[in-house]
Amino acid sequence: MELDSLYQEVILDHYRKPAHKALQPNPTNQVHHINPACGDEVTLNLHMDGQKIVDVSWDGVGCSISQASTSIMTDLMIGKDVDSAMKVLNEFTELMQSKGSLKGDEEILDDAVALAGVSKFPARIKCALLGWMAFKDAVSQSQSGN
Amino acid sequence: MFTSPLNGAEIRKDFPIFSKTMRGGGRLVYLDSGATSQKPNSVLDGERYFYENHNAAVHRGSHLLAEEANEAYEGARAIVAHFLGANLDEIIFTKSATEGLNLLAYSFGNSASTSRFALNPGDRIVLSEMEHHANLIPWQQLAKRCGAEIVWFPVDPDGRLDLSAMNDIISERTKIVALTHQSNVLGTINPLDQLISRTHEVGAVFVLDACQSAPHFAIDVKSLGPDFLVFSGHKALGPTGIGVLWGRAELLEEMEPFLTGGSMIESVTMTDATWASAPRKFEAGVPNMAGAVGLGIALQYLLNVGMNNVEAHEHALTQYALTKFADLERVRIIGPTDTKMRGSVLSFEIDGVHPHDAGQVLDQHGIAVRTGHHCAWPLMRKLGIVGTTRASFYIYNDEKDVDALIDGILATQKYFKV
Repeated sequence: MELDSLYQEVILDHYRKPAHKALQPNPTNQVHHINPACGDEVTLNLHMDGQKIVDVSWDGVGCSISQASTSIMTDLMIGKDVDSAMKVLNEFTELMQSKGSLKGDEEILDDAVALAGVSKFPARIKCALLGWMAFKDAVSQSQSGN
Repeated sequence: MFTSPLNGAEIRKDFPIFSKTMRGGGRLVYLDSGATSQKPNSVLDGERYFYENHNAAVHRGSHLLAEEANEAYEGARAIVAHFLGANLDEIIFTKSATEGLNLLAYSFGNSASTSRFALNPGDRIVLSEMEHHANLIPWQQLAKRCGAEIVWFPVDPDGRLDLSAMNDIISERTKIVALTHQSNVLGTINPLDQLISRTHEVGAVFVLDACQSAPHFAIDVKSLGPDFLVFSGHKALGPTGIGVLWGRAELLEEMEPFLTGGSMIESVTMTDATWASAPRKFEAGVPNMAGAVGLGIALQYLLNVGMNNVEAHEHALTQYALTKFADLERVRIIGPTDTKMRGSVLSFEIDGVHPHDAGQVLDQHGIAVRTGHHCAWPLMRKLGIVGTTRASFYIYNDEKDVDALIDGILATQKYFKV
């Protein structure tokens, strides 16, 4: 069924047991993002050491897609430097905008390829991007010294 | 048991969209009329007929088409007036209910300080926690511009307005009371009699948001007693881009215009202008003529069905749905659980399933519902929830649609293993 391409088991697993969903204290930057269309919210704490992303933790409310996607994102980003994190982020953004034409590179995106099906449901793309955009914002703030 | 004066399946034959095949391969079960209603053929054909036969700019031009366009546009106004029990010159066409409310807020804000509509620091605007953003933000921003205060009626745990402090909330300092007739989230119908009489007791004006009521049951503005009323055409079988503002003639006369420009003037020099009388004063520019014509046809369709039949049908559907919902496990209705002073908007929560996810599974079954905060974010915060899934009924629904919704909810619970 078409629905199964959206709700893959790995997504439901992350939804039920989200990774890094507990805000760690004293972040380098904290951001709060909202999806005004549905009211979903995420608060994200970023810990940097120079250009290295030491930790990403978060809290928030949202649908399975937004929660799972944020969980997957944190797993992917922790330990990376800013440049490679942005490469992953761009790869994921491109996947979300692909309207189902891309499958996603598992080497780069790991579990996030399970979200490829989201790109066929325009109303859900923002759900999948909520945590990622919060992360991008936090990194950008850390780079500009805010 | 389900008995109704209307046959939803028969009515659906007038609405071409119901022949569409949905994502899961099945028929459309449209339960989102609270957001927008579907359109009957007569409305779609009527708009086209206007463009094909009468199209010209109204209120200007001396040719045959201009006369006919005028007649069609003013004919639509007459139908709206009849629909609301209002006088012809009290009906203003807007692009939406939202625009109607903004028109009021900006007009009041433009008033001379001696006007009854002028807001001064310390004056109050009374709202409620169940307002749609459209009946909150224009007032909130007006208050900010004028230094006025926003006060509001809280919503109690049953989803009703808490009126215990009514006389303190609507006080001598109150200038405007703006409330919804029926909540777009909870389905609650508010008890207007006491609210309107208290409003008038303190010399304030009462603005009624009738978006969720005017399409669903008969309203007679004279006996109901508000000072202003707005509703949107597209929720009442009409086209998008057309709405209605009704106001008492003597108040419209005193009001400043909102949008200025062509059509709304009496006389113009390079440095000054005077205004036409209502409704023209509030209809600057060439209006949405085909939209108004379409709305007139839509309201005539509803009048032909009979607003009492519409109300009885939705009441029966709501009763049927509430009974079915009571048998569901781990599903909670957000709003009144009986049909007393309640319309046909049914919000609910499924334990362990976010509304967006519920909406997605229902969509797979061809069921269109609304999910999220329903443009009533303060209400969501008050209720301590992120959002709801909302089913809303109209004349083209029947008990089979309710059965489909119930099956869809069971399928959702099964899918997410909750």
